[in-house]
Amino acid sequence: MTSQYDIVVIGGGNAALCAAMTAAEAGARVLILETSPKAYRGGNSRHTRNFRCMHGGPLGPLVEDYSEEEYFADLLKVTGGKTDEHLARLAIRTSEECLPWMEEHGVRFQPSLSGTLSLARTNAFFMGGGKSLVNAYYRTAEKLGVDVLYEAHVTHLELDGDQITRVDYTHKDQQHRTEPRSVIVASGGFQADTDWLTRAWGEPAKNFLIRGTPYNRGVVLADLLAQGVSQVGDPTQCHAVAIDGRAPKFDGGIVTRLDCVPFSIVVNKYAERFYDEGEDVWPKRYAIWGRLVANQPDQVGYVIIDAKSLELFMPSVFPPLKADTLEELAGMMDLPADKLHSTVDTFNTACGDTSAFHPTELDGVATTGIEPPKTNWARPITEPPFYGYSLRTGVTFTYLGLKVDDNAQCSTEHGKIRNLWAAGETMAGSILGQGYLAGFGMTIGTVFGRIAGREAAAYAA
Amino acid sequence: MPRDLIQEARRQAEICNACRYCEGYCSVFPALHQERFFTDGNLTQLANLCHNCRGCYYACQYTAPHEFDLNLPRALAEVRRESWERHAWPASVARKFHSNGTYIAAALVAGFALLFLVIHTLGSDGGGEGFYAALSHNAMVAVFAPAFLFPLVSIAVSLRKFWKTIGGERIRLVHIAGGLGMAAKMKDLAAGHGDGCNFEEEDRFSHARRYAHQLVMYGFLLCFAATSAGTIMHYGFGLHAPYGFFSLPKLLGIPGGLMLAGGTGWMVRLKLASDRHVGDQNAWGGDMGFILLLCFVAVSGLVLYAVGGTGLMPLLLALHLGSVLSFFLLTPFTKMAHGFYRLAALVRDAQRKSEHSNLSSMLSRHMDPIAGKENRT
Ligand SMILES: Cc1cc2nc3c(=O)[nH]c(=O)nc-3n(C[C@H](O)[C@H](O)[C@H](O)COP(=O)(O)OP(=O)(O)OC[C@H]3O[C@@H](n4cnc5c(N)ncnc54)[C@H](O)[C@@H]3O)c2cc1C
Ligand code: SF4
Ligand code: SF4
Repeated sequence: MTSQYDIVVIGGGNAALCAAMTAAEAGARVLILETSPKAYRGGNSRHTRNFRCMHGGPLGPLVEDYSEEEYFADLLKVTGGKTDEHLARLAIRTSEECLPWMEEHGVRFQPSLSGTLSLARTNAFFMGGGKSLVNAYYRTAEKLGVDVLYEAHVTHLELDGDQITRVDYTHKDQQHRTEPRSVIVASGGFQADTDWLTRAWGEPAKNFLIRGTPYNRGVVLADLLAQGVSQVGDPTQCHAVAIDGRAPKFDGGIVTRLDCVPFSIVVNKYAERFYDEGEDVWPKRYAIWGRLVANQPDQVGYVIIDAKSLELFMPSVFPPLKADTLEELAGMMDLPADKLHSTVDTFNTACGDTSAFHPTELDGVATTGIEPPKTNWARPITEPPFYGYSLRTGVTFTYLGLKVDDNAQCSTEHGKIRNLWAAGETMAGSILGQGYLAGFGMTIGTVFGRIAGREAAAYAA
Repeated sequence: MPRDLIQEARRQAEICNACRYCEGYCSVFPALHQERFFTDGNLTQLANLCHNCRGCYYACQYTAPHEFDLNLPRALAEVRRESWERHAWPASVARKFHSNGTYIAAALVAGFALLFLVIHTLGSDGGGEGFYAALSHNAMVAVFAPAFLFPLVSIAVSLRKFWKTIGGERIRLVHIAGGLGMAAKMKDLAAGHGDGCNFEEEDRFSHARRYAHQLVMYGFLLCFAATSAGTIMHYGFGLHAPYGFFSLPKLLGIPGGLMLAGGTGWMVRLKLASDRHVGDQNAWGGDMGFILLLCFVAVSGLVLYAVGGTGLMPLLLALHLGSVLSFFLLTPFTKMAHGFYRLAALVRDAQRKSEHSNLSSMLSRHMDPIAGKENRT
């Protein structure tokens, strides 16, 4: 059956929508197949908050300028060099024209009001966050005549030589097949498939929480890789941070983040410290704890702070556990009370002069004589009430993906696939192999989504 | 205050405070982000800053079926209604009218009946012209002066209590100017980006509700000005009704009545189109009853003007004045009160902003750049 559509876009997040709108504007008839129900449309994009954007001068909500060189240097810092320079620069350069395009397509940015200055320069914040962006794009796409099918789960793309001949999907328990001229894959990574994550990571992955959508299970990715479509990235790599251990298994999003580690001591389930909580690894600090916790028994950590630090960090979704004594807190957290006491005592004794304590700078207020040390913000934990949070590993996304070229086109070892393009998280590994720069995920999705839409429409025409 | 309503609002406010994605939509969020723990007073203030534009509902990644079950517009609407009921004086009356349109209808009928009775028994002293031929000016004043004064006293009592609840401080002129400025333009109804609110069609932004509300508010104010002008002309200049078309009361009153009638009609349509579940379901009947009452006031006033010279006049006069009477008396106990509470909340918000002037807010921002927007993914 030949499809009534020129192009099928797989996925319903930022990359898919950018591709669909661009293709529709080029005159193509476009169908979006989104596996989630409408209430959960938009994948991980619905959890985002900002877009990192190069600019030569003030642009929209962005102040001053942010050059290609600076942007690229920032990226290199976090990826440790595992960056495809050519594609990265393409994404960075194109980001500048994306911002006005996003506004034209309904996205509204937050005026740079109270935010920190450094970010008002590099990142444009969506008013209302990613879900409002997704809503605006769906409205615009529908106006452009794009059709959207929710709860349409793509199971297979038939690769025949150098082209995709068929797309199989289920919808309302029915199998469907369609034969569009062009196909765009924008269905994210595979982090929500715990089995796959466990195969890549080992048993600990079973205890990981997934910060975003439960629908990115890598079904299409696996299907294409099995048919020899070129892959990029390391399956064992994922972006993970330490989040509140009480967060739901999926979709906890931004509010489960905990920012209190620098003012705390963090212990494992045996009430032992295991890493320097005051280490300066910014901008990686935030991400490093995901891995540290993943390596602890049962993949869990416990943050202990006292009354004097409570207001130094952003609140999170659940209030902390609170107790008047450490013993009581240990009881609430199922930690060995004696051991916690001695760990805290040892730590407290190792703290020195705290008069230079400064919460927003590396203050050098450090411990002496303990292992691991705490090299900044080291103040004894003495002032009741005491507060505690549990920490778990929260996976943001995976890096394994489809390898694409400048045109977002996929290939096999025999060469290009004529009618298959990929955009967003599912090909982000083509650009960065590890690490992450805040706001770059949306940049990749927007830039390559638009490229994929343009190319797919040109091919279908 | 019912613990479950306020507790639910607190739970949601805490989630918003960890998220902050909606920062730019309205005055609620900057005020919310300034707190870390929410007292009942804080939540009452936030609730009265919210005008149920629903921007933050449709933008929220945590609405049901998500287990966090965010619905901030509804949570705040419930706290808001409850706060009006609790601060109203006498409170027991308010509980009836806020949640029940039937009581409003009953009050309306009572208003009619009273006016009929008054017209019937007192009638005119014989000498009056126009409306005064049906009801003498003195009789009208005897009925309406108390009906006008009572709500003013009642609202003054309520606002004093309310001001204490929300932790208000000594008011200065700048605060009032700040609050009035926000209200006059209904700035918040435009949302931070100026595209309007998400009321009648899910996440589509539209100015319909803002414009309908402007029509109602300015229409009402014009009618009120018309009545005041008439009163001043009567007592100050000995100029008695009926007034010609080109007189001040008519020039203000007719457009005012048209705006009020159109605005309330439009509001009813918008309310019917909106999703009830994103507002306070308990207040729906009361709000609808109130809007219809206001609509009736406007329409009956216009019709009265049209049939002024005919035999229908005494009947319409009774209907119109009856509805005006009920409207005045119900002011402290219906949605009409929201204007007063909201203005108070806006004035309080202006105070908050000046307390937290640039310097201190920059300092507090500075307290959490580690935690700040910097390193979040
Ligand atoms: C909590 C959180 C916060 C983040 N914040 C930011 C931020 O502020 N800035 C930033 O740049 N990045 C951020 N990211 C990363 C960002 O979310 C991603 O880089 C970006 O959203 C990827 O967009 P996408 O369109 O490729 O994927 P997604 O938005 O995840 O979309 C994938 C879509 O594919 C659908 N799908 C999956 N499988 C199938 C199938 N078999 N059939 C049909 N449909 C399918 C899914 O339902 C989904 O709609 C954040 C991530 C998380 C988890
Ligand atoms: S309403 Fe939802 S998106 Fe908005 S701030 Fe609150 S939690 Fe965040
Ligand atoms: S409903 Fe509108 S006014 Fe109320 S809190 Fe949400 S965004 Fe603000």
